[in-house]
Amino acid sequence: MDSVFAAIAQGPEDPILGVTVAYNKDPSPIKLNLGVGAYRTEEGKPLVLNVVRKAEQLLVNDPSRVKEYLPILGFAEFNKLTAKLILGDDSPAIQESRVATAQCLSGTGSLRVGAEFLAKHYHQRTIYIPQPTWGNHLKVFTMAGLSVKTYRYYDPTTRGLHFQGLLEDLGAAPAGSIVLLHACAHNPTGVDPTVEQWEQIRQLIRSKGSLPFFDSAYQGFASGSLDADAQSVRMFVADGGECFIAQSYAKNMGLYGERVGALSIVCKAADVASRVESQLKLVIRPMYSNPPIHGASIAATILKNSDMYNEWKIELKAMAERIISMRKQLFDALSARGTPGDWSHIIKQIGMFTFTGLNSDQVAFMTKEYHIYMTSDGRISMAGLSSKTVPHLADAIHAAVTGSC
Amino acid sequence: MAIRRAMSGGLMGRTAVLGERSMSSWWRSVEPAPKDPILGVTEAFLADPNPDKVNVGVGAYRDDNGKPVVLECVREAERRIAGYLNMEYLPMGGSVKMVEETLKLAYGENSELIKDRRIAAVQALSGTGACRLFADFQKRFRPDSQIYIPVPTWANHHNIWRDAQVPQKTYHYYHPESRGLDFATMMDDIKNAPNGSFFLLHACAHNPTGVDPTEEQWREISHQFKVKGHFAFFDMAYQGFASGDPEKDAKSIRIFLEDGHYIGIAQSYAKNMGLYGQRVGCLSVLCKDEKQAVAVKSQLQQLARPTYSNPPLHGALIVSTILGDPDLKKLWLKEVKVMADRIIGMRTALRGNLEKLGSPLSWQHITNQIGMFCYSGLTPEQVDRLTNEFHIYMTRNGRISMAGVTTGNVEYLANAIHEVTKSA
Repeated sequence: MDSVFAAIAQGPEDPILGVTVAYNKDPSPIKLNLGVGAYRTEEGKPLVLNVVRKAEQLLVNDPSRVKEYLPILGFAEFNKLTAKLILGDDSPAIQESRVATAQCLSGTGSLRVGAEFLAKHYHQRTIYIPQPTWGNHLKVFTMAGLSVKTYRYYDPTTRGLHFQGLLEDLGAAPAGSIVLLHACAHNPTGVDPTVEQWEQIRQLIRSKGSLPFFDSAYQGFASGSLDADAQSVRMFVADGGECFIAQSYAKNMGLYGERVGALSIVCKAADVASRVESQLKLVIRPMYSNPPIHGASIAATILKNSDMYNEWKIELKAMAERIISMRKQLFDALSARGTPGDWSHIIKQIGMFTFTGLNSDQVAFMTKEYHIYMTSDGRISMAGLSSKTVPHLADAIHAAVTGSC
Repeated sequence: MAIRRAMSGGLMGRTAVLGERSMSSWWRSVEPAPKDPILGVTEAFLADPNPDKVNVGVGAYRDDNGKPVVLECVREAERRIAGYLNMEYLPMGGSVKMVEETLKLAYGENSELIKDRRIAAVQALSGTGACRLFADFQKRFRPDSQIYIPVPTWANHHNIWRDAQVPQKTYHYYHPESRGLDFATMMDDIKNAPNGSFFLLHACAHNPTGVDPTEEQWREISHQFKVKGHFAFFDMAYQGFASGDPEKDAKSIRIFLEDGHYIGIAQSYAKNMGLYGQRVGCLSVLCKDEKQAVAVKSQLQQLARPTYSNPPLHGALIVSTILGDPDLKKLWLKEVKVMADRIIGMRTALRGNLEKLGSPLSWQHITNQIGMFCYSGLTPEQVDRLTNEFHIYMTRNGRISMAGVTTGNVEYLANAIHEVTKSA
């Protein structure tokens, strides 16, 4: 008897997670992992926030805590606090009960549940995603049954926003199309629209009756301010229109592996939100029944306690500021080496990633000769840098750009 | 202050967005979804203020005081984990250590198959996630296949394969008249299915009926599967919970392995380790050799990535901490037996009480059936009476979660069942 799956070929390595796999295999003592977007300290170590440790201790020392199934939509208190985090404490949408929120498995899970809901209930089956975007977006939406088109976003010549192209492409999209927007700290480019540009985008999307789907994976991580990083989303919600929002606590609370996030659907009316909520359950139940309890409990513990919440804001700001400092240091190091080219985008871009502008040959060179691990699109995770390792990276970029390849 | 100005309407131009206000919701035609038949029961129970209410709906273990239980081995594992480890992403396939220990439970502590690395396995989101991942995998790599599902089965099985877009067929399983296994018809269905069909089998403690094949019957089923070249996918959500002995509860799987089948298994720690809300489980697919196992695992990961990227950490740490420590593992096995024994005790008590009340019906099936559930044979109307008149909550198919029965409520439950069935 042969296996029914005998003919299956090996799947390709995930381009992002595969970088860490390759990094781990490298025996070199000077290797540097600038692949996956997980925060590292100055010492290059993963960080569990103090306030998260505190919350953990509270949970483990509470004998009344049980491990029962959460409801399908997750932990209600967590959902309320998470919606408030992105929409604002006094958001009319929340006060009017117009927001349906489901706790989901971090950003990925929230996007997938939202996409499955759209494939089932929305009249348009096409989602427009920015060019470029996080590699997993395409897979998530395709797997959910949506077809995917792109809109221009990044301009390689300026290493900034291709605003004209964005407006043209979103303007040409059929009315009612779904549009994926990175709420802040665009991944992989680090290029965000200005407030004025967001306003124009909002007007365009609303005039076409398109449906915005926000991916908010870096709230607080980009500028250091939770409110500032939520501006784009709040502008859209303030006009009374509808939208989808996928939130993640992986980076801003350092809860990566616990898979904590939420999908919120902002609706026009409360009775709509309640029907939408009931239908979300039907998407989730055959996927994983109900979400994992641990991470959401930690997040809720922090969010509902004002001292812990303030502590969190301080630790979050410190992470954001370290990244901003790394940007400056790298820029200065390249300037000092006289590396050809304009590197100001390193300090103009925001969030965890810098889109260096290096091509895949240059990246391969840097991996081979300097043991620097990053995705082949030239994206580096600034969080993986430290004052000690900036010179090594600057040397590598310099060598790659001045022409060994 | 540009932001403030923007927000207060200077740049907003609310009324300038033509037609926007007059558009109604995109979701106005979304129908309210029906309540989940199982989880909806607990919702209704919680809303009931009556002090005598009994919840024998959802399959979550309760102690003799009707309280949820966190196992001692779990509490100890959590104490060790808190504060000592980081929260980095697991690999897409989950915790390697946890998966290794989990395979030993299903395939055998010293299984050659594990040594030969022939098993493609990934951490999954409990049993539901493992089944769904397999269904997605089946859809992608055997797009012409269907899944044969027993009648009855856990309701969510139908949802899972439907959402994965794998067509479903059913096979006979439960025999209402005897409240046992409809073995002859089941074997007919197996014989009549096209060669190479995919079958969903409950490894032990069938949900919702509690009716399992005997060892001899499993051997016959395995033999017929060989003749027909069928694929066996085992959903094992109750290992240890059925008889109290995990090895015994894995017998069906071991029989198939002895016969050389290439099987798939969904395992869950929700019940047997009480880790319900942590969502810890494992999907494994037995392959011809290591090379194939590597290929299959890589493809399973490709399906996990656009669903949740990587699985949750905490529950996996609990499992690997317990199973990786001989003393904790011993403690766990003891605690599982306590749970299983309490349920077996409640079966005996419920049947005993009904017989003492002089019920005209046979309640033998209560002690014949095994695992968390008893398929009582009550009709939906009788179940409604139990709920409305006696505040007893169960699913309308007459399934009783024995884990919800206690020495404190077993008489009340027996009385109520007797009341609604005595003139049946």
